[in-house]
Amino acid sequence: MTQITPEIVAEHGLSPEEYARVLNALGREPNLTELGIFSVMWSEHCSYKSSIIHLKKLPTTGPQVICGPGENAGVVDIGDGQAAIFKMESHNHPSYIEPYQGAATGVGGILRDVFTMGARPIANLNALRFGRPDHPKMRHLIAGVVHGIGGYGNCVGVPTVGGEVNFHPAYDGNILVNAMTVGIAETDKIFYCAASGVGNPIVYVGSKTGRDGIHGATMASTDFTEESEDKRPTVQVGDPFTEKLLIEACLELMASDAIVAIQDMGAAGLTSSSVEMASKGGVGIELDMNMVPCRETGMTPYEMMLSESQERMLMVLKPGREAMAEAIFHKWELDFAVIGHVTDTGHMVLKFNGETVCDIPLAPLADDAPRYDRPWVKTPSQPALAPLAESADLAADLLRVMGSPDIASRRWIWEQYDHMVGANTVQRPGGDAAVVRVHGTQKGLAISTDCTPRYCYADPFEGGKQAIAECWRNITAVGAKPLATTDCMNFGNPQRPEIMGQFVGCIEGMAEACLALDFPIVSGNVSLYNESKATGGGSAILPTPAIGGIGLLADWSKSATIAFKAEGEAIWLVGGHGEHLGQTIWLRECRGREEGPPPQVNLEKEKAHGDLVRGLILDGTLTAVHDVSDGGVLVAVAEMALAGNIGAQLDLLTTARAFGEDQGRYVVTAPDGVVIPNAIHIGITGGEQVMGATLTDLRAAHEGFFPNLMGN
Amino acid sequence: MKTAVIVFPGSNCDRDMAVALEQVTGKAPAMIWHRESELPEGVDFIALPGGFSYGDYLRCGAISARSPIIAAVKAAADRGVRVLGVCNGFQVLTEAGMLPGALMRNATMNFICRDVSLTVANNNSDFTRLYQAGEQVNFPVAHHDGNFNADVDTLDRLEGEGRVAFRYTTPINGAARDIAGILSEKRNVLGMMPHPERMIEPAHGGNDGRRLFEGVLAAL
Repeated sequence: MTQITPEIVAEHGLSPEEYARVLNALGREPNLTELGIFSVMWSEHCSYKSSIIHLKKLPTTGPQVICGPGENAGVVDIGDGQAAIFKMESHNHPSYIEPYQGAATGVGGILRDVFTMGARPIANLNALRFGRPDHPKMRHLIAGVVHGIGGYGNCVGVPTVGGEVNFHPAYDGNILVNAMTVGIAETDKIFYCAASGVGNPIVYVGSKTGRDGIHGATMASTDFTEESEDKRPTVQVGDPFTEKLLIEACLELMASDAIVAIQDMGAAGLTSSSVEMASKGGVGIELDMNMVPCRETGMTPYEMMLSESQERMLMVLKPGREAMAEAIFHKWELDFAVIGHVTDTGHMVLKFNGETVCDIPLAPLADDAPRYDRPWVKTPSQPALAPLAESADLAADLLRVMGSPDIASRRWIWEQYDHMVGANTVQRPGGDAAVVRVHGTQKGLAISTDCTPRYCYADPFEGGKQAIAECWRNITAVGAKPLATTDCMNFGNPQRPEIMGQFVGCIEGMAEACLALDFPIVSGNVSLYNESKATGGGSAILPTPAIGGIGLLADWSKSATIAFKAEGEAIWLVGGHGEHLGQTIWLRECRGREEGPPPQVNLEKEKAHGDLVRGLILDGTLTAVHDVSDGGVLVAVAEMALAGNIGAQLDLLTTARAFGEDQGRYVVTAPDGVVIPNAIHIGITGGEQVMGATLTDLRAAHEGFFPNLMGN
Repeated sequence: MKTAVIVFPGSNCDRDMAVALEQVTGKAPAMIWHRESELPEGVDFIALPGGFSYGDYLRCGAISARSPIIAAVKAAADRGVRVLGVCNGFQVLTEAGMLPGALMRNATMNFICRDVSLTVANNNSDFTRLYQAGEQVNFPVAHHDGNFNADVDTLDRLEGEGRVAFRYTTPINGAARDIAGILSEKRNVLGMMPHPERMIEPAHGGNDGRRLFEGVLAAL
């Protein structure tokens, strides 16, 4: 048997103090398999050891919430006995090492989190952050990630309906790939992971276990280094075809009453799924490792427990239902094996070749997990921006901003995703929020992902507030009532107090906004150690708390879109003129400066303006609606003009009124003669230009960026 | 009209096709698992849906074309039953030898999902009889391998016999002669890359696809 040396402990990512906790939990030295299990369960990725005390500050409840954080995904009531189940998750490090498979398996993993709970997935989204577009590696990463997301999502037949993309040098060596899935289930057919029923069979279904992805969770819990690319073997390989079969087989079995508990094998594979099922249920578990379907011969229990092979699930069945379940999985040509049973010992016992190779008490594995109150320092405030000279040429600046990486059309990306399969995508990508009809009903779910990392970097608290507020605003802008969110917290090394300060600031800002807007967080994921020296940067990513939100429309056909509908309609601005130029896209793109404090969100006004706009959408007053965010009012108007192929005649705007990114605002249109209360009339639709820039030039700038960058 | 949708492992437009058929005919189709060897008695219309059957492994549609049910589909087509293959269904029909040619990877090498304008090249089939020849219609495409090709003699023959049903109004995937859909010799089998079932109601942004199904219904 392998002797556990301090070197082996270190290789498993456990500190000496953490190893002392292992010894204490077991009352003896672990063997290698046991050490491996502690190592992944106590990794940052699985244990949230640096983040959990702060995550507890987030509001997670509300009358609409059926299940908050802690299960595979969050569950929200959408009426009529139906629930929306959703979550967002990161797959950052794998996507940098091997962009196609990293992104593809990110989609696969989040899909499993959602259908594990009994939901049919109805929409995928993705929030992506890349480095400088002209970085030598970036085109390879963009192409790989987009092809990987499309390759997986298109094949499983779940439409990819939206998302967001930012570019910043801080992501040069550590891109972010955050994938979100939304599914629909019946409220009385939701499945949880707590195992119960001593003697009940534990069943393994899906793909066979291989040697891929061993220690992926541990990789996700350390800094990126020059050698990280040598870790390519820890990136899993996805098979969306098997996932599609797994979805159909699981949903078919879920229609019966055979399942007691079910959990997907995601990060840390069989280890985390079996430990979580047993721990949540307060029971023990015994597995016969000889029964685990393996892809390769000679696999050890250590490898089987730590493999992150994809498209696998673990279930506890009611006794006597094995044959019926097996028939369903065999029909779908998937592996099915009874690999163990529920016990009353409170231990996880693994047998291999007749011997006990692991015997861990589950309570200490969960309860004694390290928790850190990491030191943190508050991010210093940015000095106020000195007065700026007015733009010399608004039209030229508008064209530059419209063609800039963070504003340009994302069509090149979303046309590579099947965003219509299911025939329920009633608002396609390109608007404020995607709207997906709930199959067989008039209801629509509005879905959006949002975060403005440059705001979060300049002021984590305001940036955290803004991420929640913008998501709420985007959902409101299509006429939906915002229900709840999922968060994907991407940050640097939490052992650096300034990074921890960013995390704490963002969380506290998010919490304030969630409370004020009644927009609780029901699921999420934390990805730390997003730092890289791989490209000579040596710096952390921008703090990126990506927010995915959903909202409900009682009647999808009432939803508003951004496109101007007719000439001669009045254009109104809800929320007041812009004054704030700090941290704006205009300042960066036209003046080359990333300076100043970000715009503040007045949550009271945010709510009032949003409620006003939503009401005017639902009563049919408004003909087009667009939220004001990156690029300010002038960009919002230009996007509305391009979408409707109708220009705008605007009253003269100052630079701050044109490009200021003050929050809580919407540009709306209404037929001539209709007066919008508490709004400013800023122009009328019509013509073929916006503020002196022709629609042709605006379209060329807006649509040109991605094809020019990617070469097709 | 009695309809059936063939379901292969990895089909993912089977439900969309079933919804379209039910909306047009008023009756839900029979969903037939690929391992079956028989079709429902008296079936008038068989649809092979889009998706990624067998994960597009080997070649798109190649493995599904060897499914047990395909023999029954071929026999039904020989009897004159209307067979529609959309997207992956079209790929299966070519791989099964029920339609000529092959669908290669898009010329851009990228997956393409968008509405495209099609020109109705011929309205001499039950599928296209409710369209005007030369009419332009909007259907979505969503494919990675829609680049139709065949040898010149086959292409000439398809054109000469009026078996090109739809053409892309502007090229999108490199298909020879912009062919988007073709008919069998007896014109009762149609294979096409664009998705008529995704364009049948206001929620889809148009209903140009509806007449394709209504045409078959009216012919029966």
